[in-house]
Amino acid sequence: MFSTLDSRSPAARRGLSDLSIRNLFIIPTIAFLIVFNIFPLIYSLGYSFTDFRASSNVPAAFVGLQNYRDLLADDHVWNNFSVTALYVLLSVGGQVLLGFGVALLLNRRIPFKGLFTTLLLVPMMMSPVVVGLFWQLLYSPSWGIINYALGLGDFAWLSDPDVALYAIAITDIWMWSPFVMLLCLAGLSAIPQHLYEAAAIDRAGRWFTFTRITLPLVAPLLLIAVIFRTMEAFKTFDLAFIMSSQETTELIAIRLYRLAFQEWQTGPSCALAYMVLIMVLAITNIYVKYLNRARDR
Amino acid sequence: MAAVQSIRQKVVNRAAVAVVVLLTLVYLVPIYWITSTAFKPRSLATTVPPTVLFEPEVTAFIKLFTKRVQMIGKVNPEVYDKAPWWEKRIYDLGERIIKDSSGNSEPSAYPSRFLNSLIVAVSSTILAVAMGTLTAYGFSRFRMPGEQDWLFFILSTRMLPPVVVAIPMFLMYRAVGLVDTHVGLIILYTAFNLSFSVWLMKGFIDEIPKEYEEAALVDGYTRMEAFFRIVLPQSATGIAATAVFCFITAWNEYAFALMMTNRRAQTAPPYIPSQLGSGITDWTAIAAGTLLFLLPVAIFTFLLRRHLLRGVTFGAIRK
Repeated sequence: MFSTLDSRSPAARRGLSDLSIRNLFIIPTIAFLIVFNIFPLIYSLGYSFTDFRASSNVPAAFVGLQNYRDLLADDHVWNNFSVTALYVLLSVGGQVLLGFGVALLLNRRIPFKGLFTTLLLVPMMMSPVVVGLFWQLLYSPSWGIINYALGLGDFAWLSDPDVALYAIAITDIWMWSPFVMLLCLAGLSAIPQHLYEAAAIDRAGRWFTFTRITLPLVAPLLLIAVIFRTMEAFKTFDLAFIMSSQETTELIAIRLYRLAFQEWQTGPSCALAYMVLIMVLAITNIYVKYLNRARDR
Repeated sequence: MAAVQSIRQKVVNRAAVAVVVLLTLVYLVPIYWITSTAFKPRSLATTVPPTVLFEPEVTAFIKLFTKRVQMIGKVNPEVYDKAPWWEKRIYDLGERIIKDSSGNSEPSAYPSRFLNSLIVAVSSTILAVAMGTLTAYGFSRFRMPGEQDWLFFILSTRMLPPVVVAIPMFLMYRAVGLVDTHVGLIILYTAFNLSFSVWLMKGFIDEIPKEYEEAALVDGYTRMEAFFRIVLPQSATGIAATAVFCFITAWNEYAFALMMTNRRAQTAPPYIPSQLGSGITDWTAIAAGTLLFLLPVAIFTFLLRRHLLRGVTFGAIRK
């Protein structure tokens, strides 16, 4: 990866030097990302120490760490974090079980396997807005097909505060299980067949074969899927925002949106944004570590 | 023993196939429901029990593209006879299409939102893929101090929650007048897709043997010529796959569009659910709009099927 063409060769000396081409190719991208991603974040770090309200003309006053202190003492925000944690647990857990299970089923000779795999992958390419909108129709207590198919009468999926989060998690599981399945399938198909043959010769049981061969060899890719989905579920905004507006489904990203764009508490919202940001960056760090590990294999 | 084993194997296999088929069917029910709702008469969209068999009609699509009002009284039979077939469908519902002074039907907001989505998604895709390809080549072929750190930095920008970026961007856009403009959204989506494009393209370019360029350099090509004439054509598949992924991401994006646009530059994702609020919900028209919106994504997913794994892991896993 680090080898490069011999820059002293006569051909390389004509035209632009390798160094200037490298800079010409890389610097615009980095500059673009700094201007449109990093600079705004520095900007909002500044605001996180003020009581600025974007809806009023009152100049911002410096309040130090007050915003952070208020947020950490706010039960509402803690509730948002625990709702988010439950949501992550439910949806990622469901996706791993279903995704891994279907991958095990698909990892054999099946007619039209490619077709089934492609069809299963369609939901994850759809916009969460559209998915959320139509699952509202499916979940409808009076005419929804879910209640009809399951014979649940007029069970209130989305309007019952205790159930709504589970209903949203089910929709997320529908959308993203195929993602976990795709990664597990890649891991499963890479397991050398001779390992299973050797296990069969040794009369190893099914459970033994599964826990000692299948699971450890799929684990690296499964882990990547889990970390990525955890991060995405933690950031979830659109799906939950479209499907429900209850307090029991107010994920941290939704709280952030309301604080910033509905209550116009710009200063505190910047502070909350920073708390979320630090958590996301921590997960990203772990994710990249495992991605690199998978790539180097 | 072997025969017993194989019979058992066969049974297990058959059962697995049956479960896979069943699961796929259940999985596709929501998509089938969107599609069928779009072709239902309105009275059958929300029935108990749900209507599965019906005579399909395209009225929902006509409603999607036109502005209508409820009519008082009956339509003049002469006017009805002269009306084109699609207008008759609206008259049949007891509604009429709103027309401007020169008699042209006024379009609904949907076509313009759809067009906005197209403009924003295509422009940001072209920008992100062009910049991403160059940067990926730079990282793939040249030494760079702190290369891994730069790549991490680039990827981390992708992971930022949209709401976190949107708060300061909104303030900055407001200051320079970019709120509710195409340019504003294109910049945001380009920044969002750029990191993805760099990572994915780097995977593709890493796979092109360096020897091709070395041979070209020996033949007297400059480095630039070697890039444009050798590397770019070789990575055409990668560029296409990356472009499709970027397009789908931008096409589906909701959070930025919700916060940064409200009318002029509004894209389809925030517009489609906003129809829910206005009066009695007409699910058939919403389904029709959704179906048209999903069509490009469905086609692209089919074309991309071989590269999906690569795409969803930022090019790290190549099968």
